[in-house]
Amino acid sequence: MNEVLLRSLTPSVLGILVRRGADFAAAEDAVQDALVEAVRVWPADPPRDPKGWLVTVAWRRFLDATRADAARRRREDLVDEEPAPGPAPAVEDTLQLYFLCAHPSLTPSSAVALTLRAVGGLTTRQIAQAYLVPEATMAQRISRAKRTVSGVRFDQPGDVATVLRVLYLVFNEGYSGDVDLAAEAIRLTRQLTAAIDHPEVAGLLALMLLHHARRAARTAPDGSLVPLAEQDRGRWDTESIAEGVEILQAALARDRLGEFQAQAAIAALHADAPTAEETDWVQIVEWYDELARLTDSPVVRLNRAVAVGEADGPRAGLAALMALDDSLPRHAAVAAYLHERDGDLATAARLYAEAAQKAPNLAERDHLTRQAARLNARRCR
Amino acid sequence: MAKYLLLKHYRGAPACVNDVPMDQWTPEEISAHMQYMHDFAARLEGTGEFVDGQALAPEGTFVRYDGEGRPPVTDGPFAETKDLIAGWMVIDVDSYERAVELAGELSAAPGAGGKPIHEWLELRPFLAAPPTITE
Repeated sequence: MNEVLLRSLTPSVLGILVRRGADFAAAEDAVQDALVEAVRVWPADPPRDPKGWLVTVAWRRFLDATRADAARRRREDLVDEEPAPGPAPAVEDTLQLYFLCAHPSLTPSSAVALTLRAVGGLTTRQIAQAYLVPEATMAQRISRAKRTVSGVRFDQPGDVATVLRVLYLVFNEGYSGDVDLAAEAIRLTRQLTAAIDHPEVAGLLALMLLHHARRAARTAPDGSLVPLAEQDRGRWDTESIAEGVEILQAALARDRLGEFQAQAAIAALHADAPTAEETDWVQIVEWYDELARLTDSPVVRLNRAVAVGEADGPRAGLAALMALDDSLPRHAAVAAYLHERDGDLATAARLYAEAAQKAPNLAERDHLTRQAARLNARRCR
Repeated sequence: MAKYLLLKHYRGAPACVNDVPMDQWTPEEISAHMQYMHDFAARLEGTGEFVDGQALAPEGTFVRYDGEGRPPVTDGPFAETKDLIAGWMVIDVDSYERAVELAGELSAAPGAGGKPIHEWLELRPFLAAPPTITE
């Protein structure tokens, strides 16, 4: 029984049902029923055409549910009036489903949950585990989301940028349950590149592949963070890096730059460097300038200050940092790092401790606390 | 998508505006207060923002290791300075603003005279796992 195959078929089966006139929420329930049935039946009796099998079973479930519920008679009429189901363009349906699940009327957490369920084919339980909330909470979140988008017409063109943001949110959540959300986000983005021709989709896929390739080297066995400069580059996944760089180059060649392509370009320069010292920081600063033009985000300018510090020395980095609001997340951590490189260990230690207080997660807090302790121990000696 | 802890202190926070001890409320006022908390939690379950919540007994004990072969020390005859935490609720919301909004609502639970008690709640973000990409 191939769970990944089942999950990859989910969006097109769901898309076909909705295209045939099924209400989104009812179609989603029917597809989930069909998946459960497939898990039960396929091991002993594998179908020749898995997708056709799923469509048939799900459609029958949908009709059963619709007929059984007298209140849904109106919807049944709607279905009756539909032309006989012909071969639907599956790719386009899948794409519509991405748009629907990332609809702007949904909150980010609802859009993420609905995308994982309807496009990703994950169970509510798997999604709840990944986000460390009770299953009942996630079930409510998903059913509210389904109700919210139920009235949305399926043929409206959606907004690619919204879909990409949702997929990036999934990617960043990482992995905590039995589903690796980063890998799932890559799978969904890969699937999306097949359905839509857009350089930013390729840019996001490249960015995810390049980040993901370095994952194994990013934490020590005890779970502590390993900074980029100290990572064992032999543990980077060169195959993913090569694929990411290739996808990125093809996207950049189309000359429609977007923020994901620019971020991927920065990640590619890091991934390409044989050692931290040999990193092309000058070019990285140039890409941050591009990125700042595209987004004008203070976080981008903060990262740019780090790159300036590497390219032109810590004093130049500190000067770039001066222009920024010191309430920005990670501002103190960046300032600490630049002061240390500038030789001012006392200031650096104080700022590392301050940064640790503000760290958004445990691994970062521990890492920054260790940095402060390391400098304090060195100064006292 | 961040989790927050709403912590109900009875001591340690500034006094609340409608500061009448609960034992001096009418039974109806207490029922209304409880109902409000219950409805609040039920509504958050409905929005998919509820994670967990519990009430705590008012009295707790500080416990400390006291060396090899000796029983743990519990806090003794010195002045009672422990903070008192009445209960907590964990929510999972889209933004800090939403967390503040919900904490504000919970703080408006009715107290004596049926008026909101304007109780101070502490709002603390959970430290999470690091995101996939942070370098």
